[in-house]
Order: sequence, then structure tokens, then C-alpha cells
Amino acid sequence: MKLLLKGGRVVDPANKIDGVNDVLIIDGKIAAVEPELAPQDCETVDVSGKIICPGFIDMHVHLREPGFEYKEDIASGTRAAAAGGFTAVCCMPNTKPVVDNIAVAGFVKERARKCGVVNVLPVGAISKGQGGKELAEIADLVAAGCVAISDDGKPVMRADIMRNALEYARMFALPVLSHCEDLNLSQDGQMHEGYYSTIYGLKGIPAVAEDIMAARDILLAKSTGAHVHICHLSTKGAVELVRRAKDEGISVSCEVTPHHLALSDKIVETYDADTKVYPPLRSEEHIAALREALNDGTVNCIATDHAPHEKESKDCEYHLASPGISGLETAVAVIMDKLVSKGLLDVKKMVELFTTGPAAALRIDRGTLTPGKPADITVIDPDVVKKVDPAVFYSKGRNTPFKGMEMKGWPCMTIVSGKVVARDGKVII
Amino acid sequence: MKLDRRKDLLGLRDLEREEIELILDTAVPMKDIIKRDIKKVPALRGKAMVTVFYEPSTRTRTSFEIAGKYLSADTVNLAVSTSSVQKGESLRDTIKTIEVMGFDLMVMRHSMSGTPHYVARNTKMRVINAGDGANEHPTQALLDMYTIRERKGTLEGLKVAIVGDILHSRVARSNIYGLGKFGCEIRVVGPSTLMPPEVEKLSVKAYYSLEEAFADVDVINVLRIQRERQQSGLFPSLEEYANLYMVTPESLKKAKKDVLVLHPGPMNRGVEISSEIADGSKAVIDEQVTNGVAVRMALLFLMMGGSKSEIVA
Repeated sequence: MKLLLKGGRVVDPANKIDGVNDVLIIDGKIAAVEPELAPQDCETVDVSGKIICPGFIDMHVHLREPGFEYKEDIASGTRAAAAGGFTAVCCMPNTKPVVDNIAVAGFVKERARKCGVVNVLPVGAISKGQGGKELAEIADLVAAGCVAISDDGKPVMRADIMRNALEYARMFALPVLSHCEDLNLSQDGQMHEGYYSTIYGLKGIPAVAEDIMAARDILLAKSTGAHVHICHLSTKGAVELVRRAKDEGISVSCEVTPHHLALSDKIVETYDADTKVYPPLRSEEHIAALREALNDGTVNCIATDHAPHEKESKDCEYHLASPGISGLETAVAVIMDKLVSKGLLDVKKMVELFTTGPAAALRIDRGTLTPGKPADITVIDPDVVKKVDPAVFYSKGRNTPFKGMEMKGWPCMTIVSGKVVARDGKVII
Repeated sequence: MKLDRRKDLLGLRDLEREEIELILDTAVPMKDIIKRDIKKVPALRGKAMVTVFYEPSTRTRTSFEIAGKYLSADTVNLAVSTSSVQKGESLRDTIKTIEVMGFDLMVMRHSMSGTPHYVARNTKMRVINAGDGANEHPTQALLDMYTIRERKGTLEGLKVAIVGDILHSRVARSNIYGLGKFGCEIRVVGPSTLMPPEVEKLSVKAYYSLEEAFADVDVINVLRIQRERQQSGLFPSLEEYANLYMVTPESLKKAKKDVLVLHPGPMNRGVEISSEIADGSKAVIDEQVTNGVAVRMALLFLMMGGSKSEIVA
């Protein structure tokens, strides 16, 4: 089994490669990345004009299985990932039951093996039932293959529990992914607190609700020596806290989502519940801070927080709607269109944020085109222009505020262990 | 000219000044109808409207109902507590059910901001927002504007102070948008915890003391204070609130001599307004209620019926 990707611009930040090269894949592994390869008996795909990257990793995805299969399941969610250019996803534990024990973690791994199209790396819960009171069986979760722990969807409100989780996770060198939100400050909030919440008459979620928890968790990381990763970071204040913590040498990393980078709170105007998400879409001031932080190394990775919902959860009163955006199938296009093609982010940095960035935050050996490694590859066509059409999503969640928007630059091929699983947005497996 | 350019009336923020003037002008002959012995004209005969209130209200709902009846529209009130909402039906299904009964127009009140906008997008019926959460209450602001214009002769250039819980007030927002289109100088005053973020970007000036806010004002609009706000920690006690923000004869000393005091009701006497003011000569609170019927008649007529000349003749 040989496959040659010919004539594309290969961007492999870990190996300091950025230029026209051929990529040879043999038996599911990277065999060579060099110019003008001419192997015998080899299927060749002309990828000139395209960008060839290590497989993109999305470290923040809700696959909803078990328990919420009407929103998404591992089969549909990993197809969405493949179509969107991702070769690996971390799935969050807020399922029913919660991934807080070895049995549920094992179930997720098994389902992923059976019907997953891309690599699935489960995240276990911090606390039993994500209740924030007692630690989950973290050693068991590690044994079952969990790559991190998180109570994502809910913050761990008790500082003592978070501290214990960090102390305990440190024994396994396990990153703790923190959903930073002070529920007392955010309660009942529907959108970012600011000018537009004043105009639209919706209860605001102040930025400081995120900043306070980010500050707490950074201090706990400092005092415990464990690694804290801040999920879906969305505020200027949290950016500054992370930047300072990194300068100080504290073990902290963070992710931002495409929607927080691309959309502002103004878009809530029509009360379309597809714009409702936690943390909320912020104001321009925060967006500018996030974009700056992408480039100066404060932000480690871009992650989607893919949160698919069935129609009924969004087709209702704004206040009653479930928060979340189905993001796997638009993420790359949003970053390409809103940042890369506007000169706000260069291609190499983007590739880092989707590959080596998440791999380092998770301490996993992925995100490179080093010969001998599994051939997980994402190919992007920077010139193709398409409209976002949720009707053709592989995800069961059609909830996206990007619907109808025209984007330039889309993933055009996704390769997992040497096998082409998606082409031009279509899953072919 | 009709309001036929738009299907719904959801708020004053995106209404043109000319449209507001049309509604207020049309309300003038409507008020005459209310004063007649036989208070019924056939303007909306054969039209059907329904009021759907997801939040308790007596005056607004009754006002819309009688406005429809004076114009001969068939008017039905959906009492939400006894409807299928209690059985877990989705709003979308409820609205569809009402729509297919043949109603031309729905008047909706909802505690959650933006719900009338959601409903309007999903129904063929015309929708009038009778108050949604902390967003807008356009007909209240229209009747306030009517009342001010009738008493002062014009809206242009007036100084208007809005007092109280600006943060949670849809009446405040609609007044700010509406009066703002007529060149009024708008001041909002209340405790800082009840002031919305970045409120001054709405072209108003924020004050924290009545004395300063009332200097030289033509109109004071007093908002109702909800007791729940104290329980959720936004101010210490109703007594302290009253000490700082109750509108009293004392607090009006720096206002213009002919200052008008409005209140959308229902009033908490002794909390946001003193009885001397509420029952005194500066208050126009009863007139507001009458004008509310006239303004709602005008709106129903313009949205379901015909032209202004038709009603004057």
C-alpha cells in the first residue's frame, strides 16, 4: 500500500518544513517527505496548490455518546471531524452516564474502534458525575486510555476539589482541562455582558466570570505543579492572566475556538439561538485580544468545542435554548477565511495551533509528518470558495451561526493512518 | 399610508420616526372614539386577534382587548396558565396551533427577551410585542410619547428623566429608542447596580442622584421597582431605595414648574413614587391608561385595517 501526495506545499512545523515537497505514505505510515519523489507502483495524487499538514487535532469535542445519541454519536461526530479536516478528536465526558469510570471510558474507546472514522481520544471527568464534589477514579480513567480530565460544561466551583484534582492528576502527568466560569457571576446569563446585552435586553455574562476562575486555576497550577489547560478561553483578561503565568513559568496552556475568534456579540441581534454558546460570543475588544494572543504564543491551540444539538434544543426561546455550536465542519474554513486570508495569521502558525499545539498541551505523540509515524494528514485547498450549508453536515448538530456565510479555504483531503477518509468535504469510507 | 411595510411591531429601536408619528397621529381620532357614547366602529370587522401573555398583566392585556373590540375585531385571550404550555408543548407548536385557527394578529407578552422576534419569524400572523423580558415594550413607550406630546404640544427637544431599575426595564429601553428619534435629551437615573453596562452609548446620560437628574426636566418617567431585585442582592432594602430614589415633591424642586410625571403602573406607592406625586396635579398616570387604548387602537388599525382618512371620516 503506497500513496504519494505530489507537489503540495508541505507545512510541518515540528520538522521545520515549509515548502513544496512530496509526501510518500507506505503501509499507513509516513515514509518520506522530500521534493520530487518518484517511487515505483504508487498511487499518486496531485496536490499542487494545496497545503499539506500533519493531521489536525481537535482537543475539545462533544460526541454525545453514550446518552445523547439524538444530538450526535461517535459515528456521526467522527465523520464530521473527517469532513472538517481533523484526524483526531478529544471527546468530552459530559455524556449520560458521565465518563467518570473505567466502564464508560472503555465503552467510548470500543465504540470509537468500531464506528469511528478518525482517532478518538477520550477525556475523563474530574469529579464523579461531574458533580464537583468527589474525585472520579482518575487512575482507572488513565488505564482506560483517557488523555486528560475535565468537568467541561461545568466549572469545578470548589477550589479544594480543583486543588485535589490537580495534585492527583500530577501523579499521572495528566493535564486538567478547566472550564473557567464562576457560576455565581454568570448565572442565568444569555450572552456577553456589554453594550449589546444592554440593547438586546438579555442578561449578560460578565467577562470577569471567566477571568476569576482562570486566575484561580493558574494559582492552583502554580502551587501544585500540575498542568492546567484552560478550555475555550474567550476574554482579554484571561489572555493576560495566561500570558503572565507563562512568563512566570507556570504549567498552563489554553485553547480558543473559531467562533470566539470570528464572531462578536452583535450577532445575537435576531435572537437566533444558534448564536447562543458558553462562554458567550464576546465584544470586539476581546476578539482583538484573542487574535493577538494566537500570534504571540499565549494561545496553544484552536479547538472547536463542537457542541451539536438536535433541532428542538435550538428552535425555541433564546433563554431556553441549549448553548453550543456545531463546529467540526466549519473550523478550518473559518480560520482560513477570517484570519489566514486576511493576513491576521500565517499558515505555519495556523498549522501549529491545530497540530503541535494541542499535541504538546495533551503530551501526546502526534501532530508531525516525521517518517515512521502514522500517516495522519490534513490537506487544505486555500482557494476553494464555498457557502456553509448545515444541511449537508455529517454532524447531527446543524446548529451553527456561520450558516449561509461564504468562506474561502477549505479542507480537501483527510488521511487517517494512510487511508483517505474524506475528500472535498465528503466522507469516503 | 399604512404600516404595511412591516409585518410586525417588535420594538421602537428599528422603527422610523415617520412611522411613530403616523401611529401617534392615528391615535388622536381613536381617542375620540373612546369618549363617544357608542364606542364602536366597524373598521376591523371580520378581523381576528389573539393576546397571548406568558407573564401576568392586567392593564396591557385588557387595553389591547378593548382596543380590538372598539374597532370590531374578534378578540380572544389565551390564558397561558390553563393552556397546553402546562403540558409541555413547545412554543412553536402552540403558535402554529393558534395560527391555523385563522388569527390575523397576535399580541404577545413574554418574560424572555427576543421571544416575540422568534415567534414573528415562524408565523404568518402579524405580531405585536406587548413586552419581552428586559428588551422592549413598544406600545408602552408609544402611549408615553402620546401623553407627553398631547400635554406639551411637541416631543422635540424635551428633557426626559427615566428613574429606577433601568437594567431590567423594557419600558426604559423603548422610551430611550422612541424619544431619541425626536431629539429629546434623555437622562436615566437609579442605583449603579440597576444601570445597564455601557448605557450612555444609547445617547443618554446616566445619573445616580435624583436632584441632579431632575434639574430642569420637562418629564419624569418613574419605573416600577420589583421586589425580587432586592432579594437577588442588587440593592440593600426597599427603605434605602425609597430614601434615595422615591419621586417626592421635594425631589421635583429643580424640575421645570410644569413637569409631567408618568408611571407605567402598577405603582408601588411609598417605594418609587410618593402618594402626593401619584395623586397630585403633575401626574398623568390615568391619562396614560386611556391613551394606551387609543395608541393600541391606532396600531391595530394600521396593521390590520386601512388608512387614516378612513377612520377620520
